[in-house]
Amino acid sequence: MISILRRKNDTQPTRRLCIQVLRHNPADAASVPHLQAFEIAEAEGMTLFIALNEIRATQDPSLQFDFVCRAGICGSCAMLIDGRPGLACRTLTRDLGTTITLAPLPFFELIGDLSVNTGKWMRGTSERLQTWIHSSAQTDLDALEAPMEPELAEAIYELDRCIECGCCIAGCGTAQMREKFVGAVGLNKIARFRLDPRDDRSNDDFYELIGDDDGVFGCMSLLGCHDVCPKQLPLQTQIAYLRRKMAVIGLA
Amino acid sequence: MDVIHTDVLVIGGGLAGLRAALGARKRGQKVIILSLVPPKRSHSAAAQGGMQASLGNTAKGAGDNEDIHFEDTVRGSDWGADQEVARMFVHTAPKAVRELAAWGVPWNRVQAGPRDVIIDSQRVTLTEPEAAHGLITARDFGGTKKWRTCYVSDGTGHAMLYAVSDRTIAEGIPVHERMEAVSLIHDGERCYGAIVRNLISGKLLAYVARATCIATGGFGRIYQSTTNAVINEGIGAAIALDTGVVPLANMEAVQFHPTAIFPAGILVTEGCRGDGGLLRDVDGHRFMPDYEPEKKELASRDVVSRRMEAHIRSGKGASNRFGEHLWLDITLLGEAHINGKLREVKEICQHFLGIDPAKQWIPVRPAQHYSMGGIRTDAHGAARGLSGLFACGEAACWDLHGFNRLGGNSVAETVVAGMIVGEAIADFCATPEGDMHVSTALVRDCREQENARFADIATSRGQESASVLMQRMQAIMSEKVGIVRNGVDLTVAVDELKSLLLRSRQIGLRSSAPGANPELTTAWRVQKMLKLALCVAYGALQRSESRGAHFREDYPRRDDAQWLKRTLAFWRDPEQRVPTLEYENLDVRHMELPPGWRGYGARDAIEHPDTARRQAEVEQIRARLAEADRHAVQQSLMPFRHLLPTHLRGPNARLEETA
Repeated sequence: MISILRRKNDTQPTRRLCIQVLRHNPADAASVPHLQAFEIAEAEGMTLFIALNEIRATQDPSLQFDFVCRAGICGSCAMLIDGRPGLACRTLTRDLGTTITLAPLPFFELIGDLSVNTGKWMRGTSERLQTWIHSSAQTDLDALEAPMEPELAEAIYELDRCIECGCCIAGCGTAQMREKFVGAVGLNKIARFRLDPRDDRSNDDFYELIGDDDGVFGCMSLLGCHDVCPKQLPLQTQIAYLRRKMAVIGLA
Repeated sequence: MDVIHTDVLVIGGGLAGLRAALGARKRGQKVIILSLVPPKRSHSAAAQGGMQASLGNTAKGAGDNEDIHFEDTVRGSDWGADQEVARMFVHTAPKAVRELAAWGVPWNRVQAGPRDVIIDSQRVTLTEPEAAHGLITARDFGGTKKWRTCYVSDGTGHAMLYAVSDRTIAEGIPVHERMEAVSLIHDGERCYGAIVRNLISGKLLAYVARATCIATGGFGRIYQSTTNAVINEGIGAAIALDTGVVPLANMEAVQFHPTAIFPAGILVTEGCRGDGGLLRDVDGHRFMPDYEPEKKELASRDVVSRRMEAHIRSGKGASNRFGEHLWLDITLLGEAHINGKLREVKEICQHFLGIDPAKQWIPVRPAQHYSMGGIRTDAHGAARGLSGLFACGEAACWDLHGFNRLGGNSVAETVVAGMIVGEAIADFCATPEGDMHVSTALVRDCREQENARFADIATSRGQESASVLMQRMQAIMSEKVGIVRNGVDLTVAVDELKSLLLRSRQIGLRSSAPGANPELTTAWRVQKMLKLALCVAYGALQRSESRGAHFREDYPRRDDAQWLKRTLAFWRDPEQRVPTLEYENLDVRHMELPPGWRGYGARDAIEHPDTARRQAEVEQIRARLAEADRHAVQQSLMPFRHLLPTHLRGPNARLEETA
């Protein structure tokens, strides 16, 4: 039989965890941002999803946070975990110390406690960058689909895997200074549609969308985005490549 | 009072709701979508393995067509499905895949030439046809005769959801995020929209609409062990039930997925077994061929889940500190395949189990996965009981899936139903019936009534805790209304759920935070969820047979003579403690595929008196039309095209058929 548990020693005492949450309720005029500590007993295989739900069920029912899939797929639960952006649902407490500090993602509008409005920002960015296939072709739904090289389909999916969690924005130096910066999430989407032959847009069209300091030229190459992306998207190479292509257009 | 007016209100921002919204918008209707969460975070994103559509592009899909997909679907449903709806679905699925391809979904494609695959634990070389190079490929899934499941690695739902969501942004359809519909505005005959709670501010608004479409997904969270996202609480179905006039159908038909990781309950795709993965027991023995010599690991989900539970009960389960489980072995697929086609599975195993599935076996046990039941609609998605109300996707009982859904048919249903129901909504809006004369007093009263409900909970001094009641309900459902059911357990479950429903009126809150207090939200929802749980448990108690995912060990045979019918659950009086159940017959005399053996699972059904006659009739028609093409034969057996919107009626092109 194989072992599924990293920590095998049954006699090891259960840890007491101190989970500090940066709390603030903007709906409450009296609320002041503050750290609140909760103590819980660690359980085997405990994730921050399990820990936060236990705190809400047993200690403070007003605690706000966002989880949806709790499987690392939907991107709802990004937060600062000991200062680093990450997906809380798939973070195991055993990989952290006994004191864990949780804070909402910076940059995004705060809803309350650990809940931020990434959805509003992502929709705005999608509208601004027009992140959909632009095609004048009429599709005949009864006909065979247009063929595509298998490697190309896989390369597009590689970039299509973004879950819009917001970690890259939270980890971005430029975004802290430039409110309108589209960030790695936006640039990656442009790279994705630029690669897609079903999209009629040209490099000139993409330049109109990202050929400035709020777009690809705003990136300072600090690449925090690349380090914190939970889907390990190839952000470093995509941004560098896109910048070269856009520079050529800009200089022409 | 805040009142928002629109032509069409779509409740739910997953694939079904988004696609229906696009259909109505294209026909010129003003559409607003409500969503609990940003739409790209919907549970549709969690569909991993793929979407069934009979393109027939691959070597193992050659010869596939709508007829075979139809038969697989009806057998999968254990003859519970509406066969006309199944026909509409299989006919439209190829069009849906092709539309999504045009919208940017990066479907995996056929690579011409030889390739190695694993079939029944043997390495086999398949040769893909030159002519198919670059067309959409497919993998094997459970309960299917052909490899028919189109996929994007194991992130199919994600890719589909992003493409369709981006389409709604392109069309400028507003999505009001973090909004929850808390009741329907209606007068007992017509629906006029919904009362909606803002989940940030906690305020109630009225959305007045000529047509309202519920697409809120399933209700898996009434179970403790479920693959469903935490937002899948079934509130859309519950507010329809609360009207007293709209029935929920087949609520006892609940699917359990064989491979949820244990104990977290997170799904790993059926594609693992479709691509050649095996199930093993405590001894490392591959046990499924012992039970299902024909389909083995790839029998339908209800059958595999039941066999797994039986195998654990026979003492062959592996165990860890959380309890008993079995193993899913995909090590034989090799690292390259797992890294390319099963990467979400790999990530899930790494993050939640700390294992590498290319080297180690995955601990799995069946968990609640899908709700076949839901708001009863007609073939066009119109809800029974209220004019102007529609439903589609998992929230609806359109009735494509009957008592067991095939893997890959639900994510396909979302977009196919969206295409069909979106048109039906636009059609409705164009008729005189689609015009509306709504009383402002009615709208105000509905809002005040809901306001009072929330205020009652918020100010109650009751001693009950919402989270305690929720956990108890979930435990009862998993323990007593699960994979294997019996009359004794179900009676206990119904009794305790009834008492929980009474107790839920005594919930008191411990917090009073301004805004949308999450404790208040839970307290309000648990009352609704308990009614759904009672529909499931009471429906299961009354149905004294076994069909698809509903298995009664005290009534182990499928009983077509008594139970070839659909359950309809009504909650007519708010004070009643169990739903009123009515039944509608499925008419064997018009079935294209009369009831028989599924090709897997038990072979002991009690026959319906009309079955033999209809079977003879079908054979006669087939013999008479032996020379005719398959479409003509089908048309004579059970016409369905008239039910589809005109632009979806055309024949689907396939390589073989056009060659």
